[in-house]
Formats: sequence, structure tokens, C-alpha cells
Amino acid sequence: MNSTSNGVPRTAAETQVRVRAGLARRYRAERRFRAYGLAAVALGISFVVFLFGTVLSQGLSVLRQGYVQLDIIYDPEVIDPAGTRLPDDLAVADYQALVRAALRERFPDVEGRPALRELYGLVSSAASVELQKRVTADPGLIGQRQRVTLLADDTVDMLLKGKVSRSAPEDERRLSDAQVAWVDALRADGALQLRFNRAFFTNGDSRDPEQAGVRGAVVGSFLTLLITLLLSFPIGVGAAVYLEEFAPRNRITDIIEVNINNLAAVPSIVFGLLGLAMFISFFGMPRSAPLVGGLVLTLLTLPTVIIASRAALKAVPPSIREAALGMGASRWQTVVHHVLPLAMPGVLTGAIIGMARALGESAPLLMIGMVAFIVEVPAGALDPSTVLPVQVFLWSDLPERGFVERTSGAIIVLLLFLIVMNATAVVLRNKFEKRW
Amino acid sequence: MSDKAVPPVREGIRTIGQVTVPEPVFACRDVNVHYGDKHAIKDVNIDIGRAEVLAMIGPSGCGKSTFLRCLNRMNDTIESARVTGLIALDGQDIHDKRRDVVQLRARVGMVFQKPNPFPKSIYENVAYGPRIHGLAADRGELDEIVNVSLRRAGLWEEVKDRLNNPGTSLSGGQQQRLCIARAIAVNPDVILMDEPCSALDPIATARIEDLIDELRESYAICIVTHSMQQAARVSQRTAYFHLGDLIEVGETKKIFTNPQAKLTEDYITGRFG
Repeated sequence: MNSTSNGVPRTAAETQVRVRAGLARRYRAERRFRAYGLAAVALGISFVVFLFGTVLSQGLSVLRQGYVQLDIIYDPEVIDPAGTRLPDDLAVADYQALVRAALRERFPDVEGRPALRELYGLVSSAASVELQKRVTADPGLIGQRQRVTLLADDTVDMLLKGKVSRSAPEDERRLSDAQVAWVDALRADGALQLRFNRAFFTNGDSRDPEQAGVRGAVVGSFLTLLITLLLSFPIGVGAAVYLEEFAPRNRITDIIEVNINNLAAVPSIVFGLLGLAMFISFFGMPRSAPLVGGLVLTLLTLPTVIIASRAALKAVPPSIREAALGMGASRWQTVVHHVLPLAMPGVLTGAIIGMARALGESAPLLMIGMVAFIVEVPAGALDPSTVLPVQVFLWSDLPERGFVERTSGAIIVLLLFLIVMNATAVVLRNKFEKRW
Repeated sequence: MSDKAVPPVREGIRTIGQVTVPEPVFACRDVNVHYGDKHAIKDVNIDIGRAEVLAMIGPSGCGKSTFLRCLNRMNDTIESARVTGLIALDGQDIHDKRRDVVQLRARVGMVFQKPNPFPKSIYENVAYGPRIHGLAADRGELDEIVNVSLRRAGLWEEVKDRLNNPGTSLSGGQQQRLCIARAIAVNPDVILMDEPCSALDPIATARIEDLIDELRESYAICIVTHSMQQAARVSQRTAYFHLGDLIEVGETKKIFTNPQAKLTEDYITGRFG
């Protein structure tokens, strides 16, 4: 038998020949596998980069907003013709007229109703609210002249940010040639510029893009998630501890386990319908409320929390349980003193991942009315409210250019929250992790 | 302490040798253990005396660990396990409804095969038992218990300067002595040891064996071991198990020099194992 035969090698030399013959193939397979892995990672990263790139490039401009400075004359004839100075009278005055007068004063050449209407369109309707606030706070302003910074209209804002093309034909853009000329005139004497956009972080939703902010959605998301966390964490961990440490292994617990796993895979919109039927129709809870949202998301995250907690409990070595039981610790003491603290990193990670999923959910919340248009920032868990992903959904549907920017802005806020939560999960896991 | 409730060993048991001792700590009569369909322990009758080390030897799967775990009812934690027969601690059935398993385990300490200190400080490891059983009224008393227990386990000199270090940072042999200190911190009557040296090197093993010899004066000790030399060195009585049967019990010297049963002789002369 020679070394090239196909039989079983019988000597070390024959074995070596066989090994050498196969080496190249083995290394090739390894290299190929590495290349596949690298390609997969590269593809994933490129998608992430693309996502962040588009969202940031479209949404970061939301941090700045166009403001126009006008010399407002607080005309007593307009604000308070009767001269009562009563807060009720001051509140209902036609402040828009003050803005219009200031604009006419700045551009005295403009004449005719259509031209004037275009001129008035440069300033946001929020300007009158701003003036009303100032006068209500200080009635002494009446009769005086003051340079006031007011929100520009979203079309002006878009022009300032270069998101409206000047070269486009007039009938294809939202600003007329005359308006563009006025904007340039205002910019020339420094009365029109981009400033930090506080309103985006302090306002609720609005029909006007320049006034719309994420505060309502952020507070709504926070309240909803708080309720979800307060309910799903203790219930989920409690269920996991019972199932893992106390429950007997029999048919019933097997069925429960299978069903928990099934629940984790149920489409989230089904939980929304369940919440609608149970919490709103049956228990009569208010629509659009973070309370109901939190309850629905609790149903949604419970399976995740239970599964993650059970996995974490299972990973605690049985020798620790035996040590505690052997010392005469009761089962409850064994769990509370030893098993649960050791499982905590995994439990917390599971809970936070569940919360992150809940933060990104929109479908079930549509079912319970959290998709309504709500201007007020919610003050409590029973107030009508929306949440960040639903706000993104709402804005993405609107035609104004300003809402495109705000959609991306809201996505950035949402992503920031998700990153903070996931980073917290990592930090907590590292902090509580113990070796045994 | 009387053994009034413990019946004498019935006639006709298969075990060879002297299974009873005067004034036993544990008296076991016709103990059977089933794991589901598997009959793991068959009609075992044996007494465990005070201030003695009883070694349990036998080939793997012979039931010696299972029997050891009956003595502090650790088999309760295995769902399929069913224990029948009488196991009396100081004359009282440990399976009696009126007896509490927590109290039993405080009286019958256990040291496991693999050192399993809690992932807490050395101090907390030893203080855990006294804490949960409420043995110390204040920090001073707890300090004293920890000090005495570590001294008795021969670990004090090595760890006195680092009581706050994690117990898991010690070497394997030190960890096992820490586990012994943890067990004796609650003043048990009996200490069960399930192959306590099988994960240790020879030097650490020798230290544990010396320690067992010292502890014998205060505690009854049951040790399961795979090493016949170890059984010969540390024990006064030896029990040989084979496939769930207790084949032979007797003074260690006798078992090793003059075994009565053929199976025992085959095992200790190394014909199988």
C-alpha cells in the first residue's frame, strides 16, 4: 500500500500526506466564512450609517428656527379700545392686527389685498399669542413701541434653511417672488435669522410646523413607559421567580410556558385591540390616556420580561441554591438573598430591552386612541396624549416641508432615548455582574 | 435525648457487619429512595454515631451521595425523588410533619463536592447562617462567631486581613474550608460531606483531612468519598454501597483489612470501581 492509495492510512507518513492534501481546502473554507461574516457586518453597518445619515441630515436643522424682529406698536386703540385694562379684555384683543401694522410699517410700498396677505404670511400665527402673553404679563406696555422677536412662518424658515429652491418656478414653491424679496430685505438688515429652536422642545403638537414640538409626545411616552415599567417589572419578575423556583414541573406549568412564549410572538396590534376591548370598553378608562397605553404595553412586554428573567434565573448555578438550602435558608430566603441578586443583571437587561421595545411601539397605541391630535402637553396619566413613535407617524403624513424636518427631529429624539436606555442596560449589567 | 421511637433493625437484612451503634445521632431504618422509576437506595439500615467519622464508599452511581442527601432532606429539592422509611435524628423522624426542614438543615450541615461559597465576602459567607437563624444579637457577637468558625476551620490565619474580599477569590482548598467554616458557624450536630476533596489538589486535600480529624471531636461527620485511602485515613467506620444496596458496614480497619462481603473485597482490592 503506498501513500497515494485511497485506503485507510496506516502510518504516520501516510496520515501526514492526507492531512496536507486537505489543509488548503480547510483554510479556504475558513477564509470564505470570514468573508461572509465581514460582508454581513458591513451590510449591517452601512444600513445603520444610512439611517443615521438621512435622519440627522434632515432632522438636525430642527434645532434652529427662523425668527423675525418687528417694531411692534402696542396700540391702545387695537388692544383695549374701551380702556378697561381688564385681563379678560386684554386676552381677546386682535393682536394679529399689531403684527400686520408692524409689517405694513416695515414695507410701506405694499398695496392691495392679495399682496398684503402675502406679506402677512411671513409671520407665524403664533406671533399674536406671543404678543398677548407679553401684554397680559405687563399691561404697562400698552401705548409703547418695542422691538419683538417673533416666529417666522414655516415657509420662510424653509427658505432660510435652503430647503425651498429659489430657482424653482414661482408656482412650484410655497413662497411667491415678492415674499422671497421681502425675506431678503429683512435678512439684509438683520431682522430675520435662524436661532435655537426652543419651541420644538417646549411645545406640544400643532397644525403649524413652526409651532409644533415634541414635548407632548415626550411627556406622553415618559408617563406611558413609567406605568409599563412599574407594572411589568414586578409582575414579570414575580412570575418568572415563581415559575422557575417554586412551581412544580407538570403539564400545567408546561402549558403556561408554551403560552408565554407564544404571547411574545403575538403581533402588537392584537394587544392594542385587547386593550381597547378590555380597558376602554369594559373598564371604561379614558381614551388616548398614557394609563391605558401603559397597561397595553405592559401586556406586550410581560412575556419578554418573563422569558428574560427566567433565562437569567436559570443561569444561576444550582450550587448556589444548594449552598443556601444546605445552610438552612428557606426557599424564599434562597431566592431573595442569593438567586435573585445573581440573576439581577440579566433581569434588568431583559426589562430594559422590553422597555425599549415598548418605547418604539406605535401600532397598539393607535388602537386605543393615542393617535389623536393633541396640542396640550399632558399633565398626568389620565390626560389625552400621544407618544413619540406615534408623533413620528402623524408628522410623516403631513405635506408641509416643515413637518418633514420635524419628523426626522422626533426620530432623533426617539433614537436618543433608545440609546440612553440600552446604554443603561449595559452599564447596569456590568455593575451588577458577579463572578462565581 | 432518647431513641425510644427508633425500632430495632429488623431480622433478615442483607447488610453484613454491625449497622447499629450505641446512642446514635442518626438511626436509619429501611430507607428507600426512588427517582421516578429508578430505585436508587434499597432498604438501607444504618446508625451514625456521635463523634465519629463515617465514610461511605462504593462505585459511581451506587447511591452513597443520594443516601447522604437524605440525611438533611436535600432530596426534597429533586422533584422526582421519593424517600421512604425512617430516618431519625436523636430519635425523632426527620420526615415528621411537626419537624421543620429549615431547622433540620441548621442541625445537619453540608459541604458539597465543588466548593460553593456565596459570591459575597468571606465574612458574609460565614455570617450568613447565623444571620438567617438569628444567632447573633449584635455585630460583636457575629464577629465572634465568624472568628471562631474560621479558626475551627483552620482558615483564620490565612484570611484574617481580608475578610471583606470575596469568598470566590480564595484558592479551591481555602474555598472548601470556608464552606466548612460556614457550615460549623451554626453549631450543627452533624456535618455531611459529599466528596469534599474531589476537586482539590493533594496538599489541600491533606489539610481538609486533618481538619476532619479535628472536627470529629465536636461533630458527627458523614463523608462520601471515592478515595479509599481517604476513607481509611479519616474515618472510624466505613459503609460500602453497591447499586443502591448497603453491602457492608463496620470499623474502617476491619473493612479494609478483612472485608466479609465478596463485593466489598473486590472493590477495595481494586477489581472494579
